[in-house]
Amino acid sequence: MTTQPPTLAHPAGGQANGLRPDLALIADWIAPGSQVLDLGCGDGALLAHLQAAKRCRGYGVEINDAQVLACLRAGVDVIQQDIEAGLGMFHAPSFDVVVLSMAIQMTHQTERVLREMSEVGREGIVSLPNFGHWTHAWSLLRGRMPVSRELPYEWYDTPNLHMSTVRDFEDFLRRLGLTITGRAFLRDGEPVGWLPALRSTQAIYRFRRG
Amino acid sequence: MNQPVQNPVRSTPAPGSVGIVVPQRMRFDEPLALRSGASIAGYELVYESYGTLNADRSNAVLICHALNAGHHVAGVYADAPDDTGWWDNMVGPGKPVDTDRFFVIGVNNLGSCFGSTGPMSPNPATGKPYGPDFPVVTVEDWVHAQARLADRLGIERFAAVMGGSLGGMQALAWSTLYPARIAHCVAVATAPKLSAQNIAFNEVARRAIITDPDFHGGRFYEHGVVPARGLQVARMIGHITYLSDDVMAEKFGRALRRHVTDTVLRNDYRFTFDVEFEIESYLRYQGEKFSGYFDANTYLLITRALDYFDPALPCGGDLARALAPAQADFLLVSFTTDWRFAPERSREIVEALLANERRVTYAEIDAPHGHDAFLLDDPQYMAVMRAWFERIDARVRAGARSAAAGSVGRRAP
Repeated sequence: MTTQPPTLAHPAGGQANGLRPDLALIADWIAPGSQVLDLGCGDGALLAHLQAAKRCRGYGVEINDAQVLACLRAGVDVIQQDIEAGLGMFHAPSFDVVVLSMAIQMTHQTERVLREMSEVGREGIVSLPNFGHWTHAWSLLRGRMPVSRELPYEWYDTPNLHMSTVRDFEDFLRRLGLTITGRAFLRDGEPVGWLPALRSTQAIYRFRRG
Repeated sequence: MNQPVQNPVRSTPAPGSVGIVVPQRMRFDEPLALRSGASIAGYELVYESYGTLNADRSNAVLICHALNAGHHVAGVYADAPDDTGWWDNMVGPGKPVDTDRFFVIGVNNLGSCFGSTGPMSPNPATGKPYGPDFPVVTVEDWVHAQARLADRLGIERFAAVMGGSLGGMQALAWSTLYPARIAHCVAVATAPKLSAQNIAFNEVARRAIITDPDFHGGRFYEHGVVPARGLQVARMIGHITYLSDDVMAEKFGRALRRHVTDTVLRNDYRFTFDVEFEIESYLRYQGEKFSGYFDANTYLLITRALDYFDPALPCGGDLARALAPAQADFLLVSFTTDWRFAPERSREIVEALLANERRVTYAEIDAPHGHDAFLLDDPQYMAVMRAWFERIDARVRAGARSAAAGSVGRRAP
């Protein structure tokens, strides 16, 4: 059994830099000068921002051809690889933070990815869609799979394999022996204060080993 | 398959081509000490250049060649308009390595047979061709010779050193032998060292040449012959390893060769050991073409340079330690169907660079063509190279601006 997560104050700033709201929030959590590994980095927006605004260094990992090109054009160093092929390549460098934004629900071997994240970085940050949003329950009550802004797919074409609620995910982190050091919740990009487990569409967690 | 050319081009014969080019020759009289302990006293390097060196000499790109290529990277010759450079799709005005922005140099390596000093050149000690007495040269030796050429051309630091396959090995060697002289390293379809299987292929090729009765221990020039059969077999083996199984199946399949005496398309065998399948005809053609222009001693030398390349050897096999001196930013590119220099081999290099926290980008191109893909026009590959060289160009320009600002500042009292 788990308890309702206490709500944390939404960090200030981050909204004005044009980043996707969860990335803006993640950027706020990353200390200047950090060495960052961004798994499933997409077009490299987070790393480009961290390099320019916070003197961070690091690499993106991305499998998609078009996104790899976007990273190159954004001046972001990217390693083209499937994150599920393992992070063995990243064991020697020391990363302060490993980020996995809005991608964990698409992983096949979710547990392995989380475990490897915690091994290659001192801190992990994950953002994910909250399947426990109340409208999803409403959809299910009406006999339909939920379709929303964060989960825009129909059941037959979704790339999402492993959906979780906020509580499911917190249990999962604890089961892996990871300590949650921060959490935040967003609804349509705006911070959620009360009843985040039901009212948030996205959750963001930071965690450490032990 | 050809990508449309992006920029209209002025006074050049083909759009996007650097046009008519003229090889240059540079003589070096100071002896070059070789890795083997031998040295070569007095040698010449043939090279070509395209584009214009900028005022602060910061836009030079060196292109290193692989086994059977040379200094003729781009453009055509006035007296041979069909003799197009081997990386003409990559280098030219408006192309990924844009000669409107970069000063690009192609150089023929020592021991090669396209004009630089090699086994066919006269040995000053005897007055006869070196033949088998030409010293065994390594990737590192080539890089030292290229650095001397750069000295003479007034290039202190390359914006990029670039190559595919064996050329990629030279780019890697540059990054550790001359870390301050290379800003970006571009290594395509390459490996940190050959596998046993790779060495095995090279050895079969060498045995084919050496056991050809026309080889005469490497002194075939004196006999007025060339070991053509050996070279043909060597080339055929090489060619098989440059293509993927899928591409060979798609290109040739089991199609039967139509003979001159056939009046209709054959649908049965001829029951001979003569050319029966299209793939046999193709390989024989490639082999014959190759044996007509490539020197057998050079083939031995260059395959040996491939075998010997192993920068981690002096570091107990630790590639990360071997690459530790490197300061450049790296682009590594591999191709999914390349089984001669598989993606796994490029990933070893990436891993070693990551361990050193060097800036590195790695693109794994999903192309069907095998090792040959690095010479072809895959759209994603070309886009990656273009984006990378745009990044280099932006840095070159930023550096030129800050250098100009700095010199103005120094002049102020």
